[in-house]
Amino acid sequence: MSAGTEKIDIIVSDIVKVNDLVTRFEFRRADGGLLPTFSGGAHTVVEMKDGEITRLNPYSLMSDPMDQTAYTISVRRDDAGRGGSLFMHHKVKKGDRMVISYPVNLFSLDLRARKHLMLAGGIGITPFLAQIKQLARSNGKFELHYACRTPALGSYVDELTAAYPNAVHVYFDDQQQVIDLDHLLDGQPLGTHVYVCGPKGMIEWVRKTAAALGWPREAIHYEEFLVPQSGKPFEVYLKRSGLRIRVGEHESLLEAIERAGVEAPYLCRGGACGQCETDVIEYEGEFVHRDHWLEPAERASGRKIMPCVSRFEGRTLVLDR
Amino acid sequence: MPEFTFPPSIKSRPVYGTLAPRPGKAHLMIADAEGAEALLGLAVADPTLFAKAHIIYIPKHTGETLVERLRAAAPEILHLSPSYPACVPRLRRILSDAHMGLQVYLAGTEGLIGQAMLEATNAGIPHSAIQTEHRGSVARRMQCVHCKGITEDVMTDPFVCSHCGLTLFVRDHYSRRLAAFQGVCIDAEDPGNIPAPVELYK
Amino acid sequence: MTIQFNDETFRGDYTFRNSPWAIKRFPFPFHEDSYMYSVNMERHRGGPKGSVYEKRFDVDEHYLSEMKDRALVLAEDPLRCQSLPHMALAGWDLLELIMVSKSEDYPELFDLHRNGNSWRWVNRPMGIDHSFTFLDEATLPYGPMEYITRQTQGDFAVLDQRDDNLWMDAGMVTTQADWSLDFDIGMNFFEWHAPVPLAHELNVFKRALKFLLNVQQGSPARRLNWTMTVNPLLDTSPENYPKWGIQKTELTPGNVGAKQHLRVELQTFFRLPRSNALVFPIRCYLIALQDVVSVPKWGRRLHRVIRDLPVELATYKGFIRNRPLIVSYLSQFDDGLPTSDGIWPDLESEPPLQKA
Repeated sequence: MSAGTEKIDIIVSDIVKVNDLVTRFEFRRADGGLLPTFSGGAHTVVEMKDGEITRLNPYSLMSDPMDQTAYTISVRRDDAGRGGSLFMHHKVKKGDRMVISYPVNLFSLDLRARKHLMLAGGIGITPFLAQIKQLARSNGKFELHYACRTPALGSYVDELTAAYPNAVHVYFDDQQQVIDLDHLLDGQPLGTHVYVCGPKGMIEWVRKTAAALGWPREAIHYEEFLVPQSGKPFEVYLKRSGLRIRVGEHESLLEAIERAGVEAPYLCRGGACGQCETDVIEYEGEFVHRDHWLEPAERASGRKIMPCVSRFEGRTLVLDR
Repeated sequence: MPEFTFPPSIKSRPVYGTLAPRPGKAHLMIADAEGAEALLGLAVADPTLFAKAHIIYIPKHTGETLVERLRAAAPEILHLSPSYPACVPRLRRILSDAHMGLQVYLAGTEGLIGQAMLEATNAGIPHSAIQTEHRGSVARRMQCVHCKGITEDVMTDPFVCSHCGLTLFVRDHYSRRLAAFQGVCIDAEDPGNIPAPVELYK
Repeated sequence: MTIQFNDETFRGDYTFRNSPWAIKRFPFPFHEDSYMYSVNMERHRGGPKGSVYEKRFDVDEHYLSEMKDRALVLAEDPLRCQSLPHMALAGWDLLELIMVSKSEDYPELFDLHRNGNSWRWVNRPMGIDHSFTFLDEATLPYGPMEYITRQTQGDFAVLDQRDDNLWMDAGMVTTQADWSLDFDIGMNFFEWHAPVPLAHELNVFKRALKFLLNVQQGSPARRLNWTMTVNPLLDTSPENYPKWGIQKTELTPGNVGAKQHLRVELQTFFRLPRSNALVFPIRCYLIALQDVVSVPKWGRRLHRVIRDLPVELATYKGFIRNRPLIVSYLSQFDDGLPTSDGIWPDLESEPPLQKA
């Protein structure tokens, strides 16, 4: 199977600065046709051609899944990041043509739930925006607790509290408002599912608290877009392609493989889905496994690596690509 | 009665464990006959948890002996029921009032475990979050795949469907939704050629 | 192209027959002279023109008769079509997928007009012209999954994707190879495959599941599965086994060519966009052994596959008691010549049967 999913040619039809950190982008099909529908929680992978570098970043779709005329995403500017969000904020203009992937959902609602309890931190609000629209249409029961830094940086707070005054609760850091998680998780009806999307620390906090209160693992859902972390550069030999490549400090192994023109399967690009699993033919050194996919035994075996997020330190690494 | 070790089988055959204390807001325990011994094991492991437990117990043939020991272990609530069907309205009410954080512990025959688990999963608890421990009889609830009737307490293979009269062989294929194993006509290709029944696990 | 629809039965007098067109395009499943389980998935994106792989949902001469047989099965046993409550959205996804695909792939047979959620579906072969509101069950005579699968050949298992597994939470199952939807509904991928011998030890299901969990919108996949049946009986359900099991004892050297059928399932896998569920259509194609062997390469190969099949598989596939009879029949069509790789008939290159 080929890399990623089907692609769609789009035109950037609107750009709106939501606040100092967040900008919203609207995409329409370049050929004027309908976009594929999707399920709330899905994301699309946006291709960014930044000079010589091609970046592929996943962004949650925040628009109504029933609206097939346009997709919208919101991008939070990260000045200390690898450049994807900066590219979106500074280089993309209205009218630009871009390529995005078909929607992929790794954070879907459990439609059996009696109630969907949503916990959002910062830009983590985006998948919930689509899910709430989907649930509102089907009379699904939801409750959103949304933590933001400040009112000025509270993306979509007004829109949400106006539309769903009883179901949306907002907490501003600068006013020392904190989600009372123990209290919130206590007393939820049987069959409630909790969903959390936000910074790593918030996700850990929710998962640990829920487990300690006796919530079953299957009722806790989370999405964290693991950004590939930088690391020391290293050399790799791609045996099947007969190419020797060098993985730079600020690019992932997967990106380096793609830069060399070698097709490698991927999906989430965040270490969670397993699609990019690559066989190691030979190695001399140590793996830096940063994924959520491989079993401990597989990591220890030295025979597999997840190139979207993991790295290597050592003399030799030969991969089956 | 010593615990029975089920031989390894196909992936749909339920596998039981050993009850262990788990953090939770409330603790619901349901057992029949020798299953009480597994609950008593929990009481030893964590008396404070047991003090918060709501127990539904069906003594069956074990009479009073295990009842006395359960009482002595001082659970918060101990309800004795003469049969499983008799306790279902109470069980459903407990589950509909319950909140996330309820821990469920089931012990005893496969029939009890399967049926109680079905009530709990219908109420929204994932089946893998429910603890189970088998004790006592290895009799099975069997669904006749032909007439859909369920025959209780099956101890032989083959057996006669108590609804339609076909002779069925016992499969290990199990449905959580029906809380029963599958029984299939044994002489469809050779009518009348029925082997002598053999006791399960003998 | 215009398809001539047969008027035939899959029970009782068994008037089912394959035309020469149907025989030539039959999905022969063996690419080599032996068979073992594998995760033999490939993209489902067209195929040779006129083949069963070309369209997303293949329509052939048996369409109307199969739908008639389905209606009979459902009238006798409504439990063959079930949908757990949370699968309603997936049912709409499936309805949309089939209506869009068939109206695009067979415009002479099917029309779909959409104006927002006001849809009109025309199924010319079945004489259906129906206006309804998408997502509103009250405007259809059945739930969406049942409605559209009563008009589509093959069985359908609709799988909810949760907790890194697939759960069979809805289905229309009337042409199954001996498994019960009523029993299996609610099971996960490993559980409903529990009775299959040998495959679990080979990790076939672990790898297959990993693949299926990652099938995405717009990128469907497919594979072939096979078994054998006495008489062109579609409804070989466990429920009715006391009725059809006895037919296995009716084979003779004189009738095995006509009565014994190779039964091939073209299995496809589509991601459903609105529900994120996965639909697993299982399309059943039947062919009498005497028609299989009319293709010389297939005659040679089928003999070798059935003769050498491990006993566990022949038992699980339900023909162990008749294997000697079947192999004896097929041996007449195996002259020992080599066979080309792949499943295609290769009529131009594979020589006709050499008489001994």
